[in-house]
Amino acid sequence: MPATYYTKEHEWVKIEGNIATIGITDFAAHQLGDVTFVELPATGKSVKQFEVLCAIESVKAASDIYAPVSGKVVSINEALETTPEIVNESAESAAWMACLEMSDTAEVAKLLSREQYEEYLKGL
Amino acid sequence: MEQLRETPLIARHTELGALIAPFGGWNMPIQYEGIIAEHRWCREKAAIFDICHMGEFLYKGDIVSGGLEDVFTFSVAGIPVGRSKYGFLLNDQGGIIDDLIVFRIAVDEAMIVVNAATADNDFTVISSRLKDPSLITNISAAIGKLDIQGPLSRDILVKLFGSEIATIPYFKFIKMTILGSDAIVSRTGYTGELGYEIFLPADKVVELWDRIMQDPGVKPAGLGARDLLRLEVGYSLYGNDLDESITPLEAGLEMFVTFDKEFVGKEALLKQRSQGVGRTKIAFRVGSRRSPRHHYEVWAGDSRIGTVSSGAFSPMLGCGIGLALVDPKFAAVDTPITVRHEKVSMEASICGLPFFDGGSLRR
Repeated sequence: MPATYYTKEHEWVKIEGNIATIGITDFAAHQLGDVTFVELPATGKSVKQFEVLCAIESVKAASDIYAPVSGKVVSINEALETTPEIVNESAESAAWMACLEMSDTAEVAKLLSREQYEEYLKGL
Repeated sequence: MEQLRETPLIARHTELGALIAPFGGWNMPIQYEGIIAEHRWCREKAAIFDICHMGEFLYKGDIVSGGLEDVFTFSVAGIPVGRSKYGFLLNDQGGIIDDLIVFRIAVDEAMIVVNAATADNDFTVISSRLKDPSLITNISAAIGKLDIQGPLSRDILVKLFGSEIATIPYFKFIKMTILGSDAIVSRTGYTGELGYEIFLPADKVVELWDRIMQDPGVKPAGLGARDLLRLEVGYSLYGNDLDESITPLEAGLEMFVTFDKEFVGKEALLKQRSQGVGRTKIAFRVGSRRSPRHHYEVWAGDSRIGTVSSGAFSPMLGCGIGLALVDPKFAAVDTPITVRHEKVSMEASICGLPFFDGGSLRR
């Protein structure tokens, strides 16, 4: 069974084996408002945990998206290039952004569970 | 910190679940269901905007002898009764203190409609330039203003308030009775769509809002949608594209300056016109969906040529669009430029205005 974790920067990451699928949470999508552009990372790009992975823009603002785990980008969701509004419609499933091949599966210890993330949101 | 002002409609906005944020000293609705949905509704049907925050001043008296004639970049006496005119209040250097519209209500009466954030200062400046400051009154608090913009706006208002509304040509207005009160209905707006601005007593605004909102063709739109709509048709926004350091010549708005009359700032503008402007307004389209934003840098090759004054994603064009002030040497249409900010870089090209010209404005 894949396990899903969260970050305080409002990314989610679904982990199956050593593959991490990454997106932003419904909360983040709602905060951004209408998403108009997603700058997807290049496949093959390596990124460290909590470093900038890519960027997202809404009508209101531009924001960075951070990598919840370290690894190499092995695939990206190209549908977001032409229809970034999927992020508003389905942030936590259809609007996944990138898959990373993880370099250190132990890093999940630094991530939040769903319950922890929901508790964190209550304090915002 | 200054207390934020609220319009009579604040409870309505809250009930509608609007995102409310400070704007020009006021708590204003930025969006209701979403900026792009509201923008689309305005282009396709009709949107209602709460514009009660804008300022209104009433001048009563002889326009020429009272000194009003030299206050703005256009002649107030030259506006026929029943018409309105757009132009500027300038400082001595020709910088724009505000952009505004004057309504010629009667031979000896004019209403001046100004931006919210600048209203108090505008009133001080205008009063100080009149021979008799007692002729002008700040009626901002007493006046409410709603804008109904979109291709269905005429049909909706005719249904509610009678066919007289259908007789108003572009940039003209009529006085009529609405909800038992004296009102002004003006065929103006800032969206590129057919639209009307209704001025009436502030205590009638909630009732008017409720009446108009009953029409299924109408949805409320906030300042977010308003900003996209105005930028798509290339209109300038005070505070972004215009301010006291920018002249109408630099802003590409010389057509709203009448040089064959006196006004404060004229000498500076004449000097600038003879010497040439150091920067000029351009419009540009980005080659992607990326949004340029206020203050992003504009580059042509290795030269930094200016700064973005307004930028956004255009839902109608499907790409980023923007206005910028740049070195006139690089201002030709089709010039390729790069818009940069920190890690962001986007390729763009200078274009003509409006960005979007498919609106119902002149219908």
